[in-house]
Amino acid sequence: MSEQTAIFRLNHVTKLFQTKNSTVRAVDDVSFDIRQGEIFGIIGMSGAGKSTLVRMLNRLEEATDGEVIFDGKNLGNLSNKQLRTIRMSMAMIFQSFNLLMQKTVLANVMLPMKIAHVPHKEQKERALQMLKVVGLEDKASAWPAQLSGGQRQRVAIARALAMNPKVLLCDEATSSLDPKITEEILALLKDINQKLNLTIVIITHEMSVVEKICDRVAIISDGKLAEIGEVKEVFTSPKTEAARHLILPVEKELNLFDTTDRRCIRIVFDGRAASDPLIANLVADTGVKVNILCADTKTVGGVGFGQMIVELPKDEDAANLVINYIKEKGVNFHEIERKGDKI
Amino acid sequence: MTSQLWVLIGNGVLETLQMTVSATILAYLIGLPIGIALVVTAKEHILQNRIVNLVLGVLMNIFRSIPFLILLVVLIPFTRFVTGSSIGTTATIVPLTVGAIPIVARMVESSLKEVPSGIVEAAQSMGASPISIIFRFIIPEAMPSLLLGATINLATVLGYSAMAGCIGGGGLGAIALNYGYYRYQQDILFITVAILIIIVQVFQESGTLLANKKRHS
Repeated sequence: MSEQTAIFRLNHVTKLFQTKNSTVRAVDDVSFDIRQGEIFGIIGMSGAGKSTLVRMLNRLEEATDGEVIFDGKNLGNLSNKQLRTIRMSMAMIFQSFNLLMQKTVLANVMLPMKIAHVPHKEQKERALQMLKVVGLEDKASAWPAQLSGGQRQRVAIARALAMNPKVLLCDEATSSLDPKITEEILALLKDINQKLNLTIVIITHEMSVVEKICDRVAIISDGKLAEIGEVKEVFTSPKTEAARHLILPVEKELNLFDTTDRRCIRIVFDGRAASDPLIANLVADTGVKVNILCADTKTVGGVGFGQMIVELPKDEDAANLVINYIKEKGVNFHEIERKGDKI
Repeated sequence: MTSQLWVLIGNGVLETLQMTVSATILAYLIGLPIGIALVVTAKEHILQNRIVNLVLGVLMNIFRSIPFLILLVVLIPFTRFVTGSSIGTTATIVPLTVGAIPIVARMVESSLKEVPSGIVEAAQSMGASPISIIFRFIIPEAMPSLLLGATINLATVLGYSAMAGCIGGGGLGAIALNYGYYRYQQDILFITVAILIIIVQVFQESGTLLANKKRHS
């Protein structure tokens, strides 16, 4: 993996916001690379600093400290004019689409090229071509107000692609869309990523978005980088509390059951392990009965995953027997940590 | 009423329209850039500049708080300097313009502020320069609102032009004052007022129509 070139390199990036009474560390000493051609997810709870972070990738937000390197250039050292030129190669789409409502769909898609002084005829040709890519060639003369949310985001994507950018930054681009439309937009992004070899950076608070299309993910918590890695890896064996919290929102719901004094484990099955009846075998082989609190399946990076939360017996020996059995089978699991009397 | 009086009123209408439209256009030539400047130099905006914003804001407030009748009198030397006279239609355009500038500037400011900040952010992310952001993003998006504002300003200037009749301005205001008030010719007073009402109606309706035609959301 190390031979892959980094399109973005963040070195100890920090952003402080000065409020009346205190200093807020919105982004706190974050360092990572985003590789050429990948779909990179940045996930965190709202207020974690991920929106500030993505705005530092195109310097809409100035870094207080540290450096953001894009395509070998340190963004902080660029003049305003150089910055504007480089921004033309890094497009951005938004949660609220940010289309011009008083311009037609076609005029919206032509805008970035107008700014870049592309000849008018070429602007129109390329805009129509981009509308075709997003499947809206018949809406060229429509007004944004006549379109649905999903269609508006498609227009925004067409507009973003118009200048043939090197990266596409998506700031909560699907957060205002319903699940079905979200899937369609994500499929479109994946398609664009593969066809155009376009690097895509996705900011989201929804793990499902990351699971569906991202190659790698960075988990941001309180402005800090909590965890980074392949999505599959982070999903199957999250190392930090922040990661577990995002992957397993069900843990909160476990409080519905009174499990305060009992131990619970989360078992993750990948495609291979899912074919064996683990729990049935466990009960048959060890004679220990376990209680299944919840179970579901997900598709992560095209591979099916199942996860199950199992309550261990109160008896220490029996519990250890179960844990050893699962360990022996080579199935991925971890014990769910508790905070106070909560899981 | 004699045909002579009708000619007088006809001329009055033309003079009024001439004063109103010229003064409004001139006021926009100066007020529009000031309105734009008030928006873009505001905090967190593309050309943030505290001093320019403060100076312009205070200036506009000062001019706006002077009653128009007082402004008319105060500006007499300036008007004489610019047009060579302080009475008549052309001379009236000067105080009308000066009086309208702060109103235009504030109206433009509030129209431009309606444009969502996300539009500006999108423009910046595309690599647009401040000039591009203003003329290709903010103004087109604010156009329907700007047109409505212009309609209101036109009607305001029309009202001011009638006031200017008091100190030797021409137009319907002077006719209403001279014939209707000083000579007690109430029919002329009513006719001029009726015509003023019709002009305002026409301005307002066509402005609203145009703005709605331009509005797509």
